[in-house]
Amino acid sequence: MSGARRGDRLWIHGGRVVDPSQGLDGTADLIIERGRVAAIGPGLDRPEDARSIDASGLVVAPGFIDLHVHFREPGGEHKETIATGARAAVAGGFTTVWTMPNTDPPIDDPAAVGFVRTAGVAACGARVMPIGAASIGMKGEQMTEIGELVGAGAVAVSDDGAPVGNAGLMRRLLEYTQTFGIPVVQHSEVVELAAGGVMNEGSVATALGLRGIPNVAEAAMIARDALLSELTGGHLHVCHVSTRESVEQLRLARDKGLRVTSEVTPHHLLLTDELVRGYNTEAKVNPPLRTARDVEAVRQALVDGVIDVIATDHAPHHYEEKEREFDDAPFGINGLETAFGLCMKALVEPGHMSVARLIDRMACAPARIMGLDSGTLRPGAPADVVLLDPEEIWTVEPERFASRSRNTPIAGWRLPGRVRRTLVGGETRYEAEEER
Amino acid sequence: MTAAAEARSLGKDLTGLEGMPGETIRMILDTAEPFKEISERPIKKVPVLRGKTIVNLFFEPSTRTRISFEFAEKRLGADTVNISSVGSSVSKGETLVDTARNLEAMRIDMVVIRHGSSGAARFLADRIPSNVINAGDGRHEHPTQALLDMLTIRDRLGKIEGLRVCVVGDIVHSRVARSNIFGLRALGAEVGVCGPRSLVPVGIEDLGVTVFPHVEEAIEWADVLNVLRLQLERMNAGYVPSLREYNRVFGVTRARLERAPREVVVLHPGPMNRGVEIDSDVADGPQSVILPQVTNGVAVRMAVLYLLAGGRPELAEDAKRGEER
Repeated sequence: MSGARRGDRLWIHGGRVVDPSQGLDGTADLIIERGRVAAIGPGLDRPEDARSIDASGLVVAPGFIDLHVHFREPGGEHKETIATGARAAVAGGFTTVWTMPNTDPPIDDPAAVGFVRTAGVAACGARVMPIGAASIGMKGEQMTEIGELVGAGAVAVSDDGAPVGNAGLMRRLLEYTQTFGIPVVQHSEVVELAAGGVMNEGSVATALGLRGIPNVAEAAMIARDALLSELTGGHLHVCHVSTRESVEQLRLARDKGLRVTSEVTPHHLLLTDELVRGYNTEAKVNPPLRTARDVEAVRQALVDGVIDVIATDHAPHHYEEKEREFDDAPFGINGLETAFGLCMKALVEPGHMSVARLIDRMACAPARIMGLDSGTLRPGAPADVVLLDPEEIWTVEPERFASRSRNTPIAGWRLPGRVRRTLVGGETRYEAEEER
Repeated sequence: MTAAAEARSLGKDLTGLEGMPGETIRMILDTAEPFKEISERPIKKVPVLRGKTIVNLFFEPSTRTRISFEFAEKRLGADTVNISSVGSSVSKGETLVDTARNLEAMRIDMVVIRHGSSGAARFLADRIPSNVINAGDGRHEHPTQALLDMLTIRDRLGKIEGLRVCVVGDIVHSRVARSNIFGLRALGAEVGVCGPRSLVPVGIEDLGVTVFPHVEEAIEWADVLNVLRLQLERMNAGYVPSLREYNRVFGVTRARLERAPREVVVLHPGPMNRGVEIDSDVADGPQSVILPQVTNGVAVRMAVLYLLAGGRPELAEDAKRGEER
């Protein structure tokens, strides 16, 4: 290409290319030019001037897309900033993240959306796409200027952290957002049923004397919102599905052909409320870790495509905030850098799905349901690429996180599947250190 | 330590009865026996804990538990300090972990903690080298209350094993209920719970108890009723419509007890709402052991303090005689 400078081209060769968006799974090479995929296929010659990356022994896949992260800036910079969050994302193999607007102040006007975007670009990590608040001040009363937010770069609206409780407002949101072609992203919880709970309702909560959040608090809200989506034709995206009853509601929505999509977190695919025993605040998260039956149901739903994607709900918290009485500790798990390993352990290792299908749920499906041009290695697509070693076993060491926070209930766990390198727009933004 | 030796040691802390072997509970109750007599003396003091400093750290209002602990500590010769701070540590500004570090820095020997958050006693115990005794944490456990309940039942009926004990009332919010369930089951009793379903927590059956939806059935089944206080807040929060109706449907009344096939012993951890969960003629009647519970409370707490301080159960008789160990 005329004018192409030295270094603009990249040749990733010898890897196993797994791109479910094109049905690819085999040894192939990749040529990247000016930040986009130029060619893909077996036996491509190294272009003149191209730098090369030897991917032999590794899986080459479209970069992961996380539709649900909390980067805490502005207002919670001691937990995470947009810069540290974006670096944590690429360390986890994510090339695009959607940030939730529940900061302090919340991202509810165009200037705030612009701030997140600008800080995201400056971070030189994953692409940071802001979700705007659905209601002013996230108070659940008055709709934000959604057109203005979208104009400034918002990709969706949500009051996540809290649900849009008012059914009338939810209806209007599902109607109004259709002008802009963006989804309403809902933290599905009937607050009156959650009733100040701090963990899953059930025998563990009863033995520990902790207030429980019943499964139905989530499923009832999903049922309501699915009906509102049916009424309005609006796109509802359901956050962090955690219960078997929720899966039933989503299955019904799918069978009716509604515009309802959903996500599940890596932790809800493996961990249960047993982890809370001993008042382990690292396992305090909302929605709470449920029972083995729920884990099985959400796993199966992800395999079947009833749940569309994996999203981390990355929720960093300062260590001091987690070192409190259980009732007073904040909800949340730091998820970006453990996501791939945790999903390998939950889904691929026990044989529930192939690596290819996992890559689909982490990279291709998010792009598909949200209409993004990434999540694929087709020629012309942004060169957002991750190099993975599915065989490597590694140890979760929170002190080595790129995230500013360390809150994870799986510190010290051995996980299969390691992110070796992450490229955003053809630029290497993360490379794993070689083990000694 | 061998299993037998372990069962005869309380370890560093008493944060709950869950998982405690029956043998250990029996040892605590047996150790309490000689201490009962000390409180009957004109001079109610033995020097077992002389030179020990104990902090009674109460984050929730409490009268009887705090006083009972304080008597137990003083009658064993310890130096005590009471810290009362209503509300959570967070609203007070200092975190519980900072409170713990400050106590540790003052080189105290034991902490008795009452706190509104479940798990708070364990939280403290994990962070300081001093012995920690749970005097009630949220809705989790209140182990010394259950121990004194068991001692009182044993005094009255001569045994615990094989008895049927039903806890009646607000199970969901009750730390007394949980400690009773764990302790009584470890000693081989059958345990039931009875109350409106709105006050019986989901999954309670998994703790090995039978749920009775009607108080009449519970009374027909049980040898012992442990009647819990119904707090006024439960009505305001919509768990039950009114205290009057609660008494009508779930109150332990003379008329209901008279229909029982056997004499049922009645306990209440106090403070009582007469005419709500229990009628006065029951509370003051011959089946009630409510005042012996209070007396036993001091003895049980003396036993726990003595054992955590390293006292050996077989030497409790000597300790009672005031001999130096």
